[in-house]
Amino acid sequence: MKSFILFFILFSLWLLMSGHYNVLIVSLGIISCAFCVYVAKRGKLIDDEGLPIFFMPRLLNYLIWLFKEILKSNLSTAKVIINGKVEPETFTVKTSQVTDVAKVTYANSITLTPGTVTTKIQKGVFEVHALNSDFGNDVRTNEMDKKVTWLEGKK
Amino acid sequence: MELILDILTSICFFIGSLSIIIGACGLIKLPDVFSRIHAAGMIDTGGTAFFILGMIFQTGWSLITVKLILIGVFIFFTSPVTSHVTANLARQKNILPVGKKIGKIL
Repeated sequence: MKSFILFFILFSLWLLMSGHYNVLIVSLGIISCAFCVYVAKRGKLIDDEGLPIFFMPRLLNYLIWLFKEILKSNLSTAKVIINGKVEPETFTVKTSQVTDVAKVTYANSITLTPGTVTTKIQKGVFEVHALNSDFGNDVRTNEMDKKVTWLEGKK
Repeated sequence: MELILDILTSICFFIGSLSIIIGACGLIKLPDVFSRIHAAGMIDTGGTAFFILGMIFQTGWSLITVKLILIGVFIFFTSPVTSHVTANLARQKNILPVGKKIGKIL
């Protein structure tokens, strides 16, 4: 089942990237996509970590929220750089996700919003560096943590 | 219609270049490695996102739009990884961040 989804994703990517729709190119695409799926299947790469489809139903909602956050913190980072009010702080936060993919998503989301960077990761704990106490408080309220746990949908 | 699209493109390019310039200033101005990563992250997200949005207004609906969106998606997934690798390497070399530390640090 998951192999078919992977094949579908790869083949639609091929069609979108190539832009040529004659028989030769499309059949070459089918052959190479099938070969890729075979290699991935043989290497046991097609699991929840390689193809996290359990994210899909709520992904769009989360991405819209994340873009809003990125825009907001871009503005405040620009303000901090211009003002020069830099008071960096380092702290740790606990994570409540179950799977590794969701933890990676959470760490990437923290890093993607300017003003906060995940510097170190241990089991269930992230070390976060923030540019200012405002950015630090944004992470410490655990709003993003709850959102990612909701995106994961395992609880 | 074309005029509106041109104006939208110029607005997007203006915001994008502004955030890249501010990010570049931050790269020079901020105190240590970890703070400078924030400025680089601003270039990665704000700058590229607005530039790609501006280019999408110019291409209209075509395959090139899809390719532009894919460029955005790949930058969106790879830029936090490079930021994290830089920060993690600095921590492994025992460079401690400037500023206060709250609680116990890993």
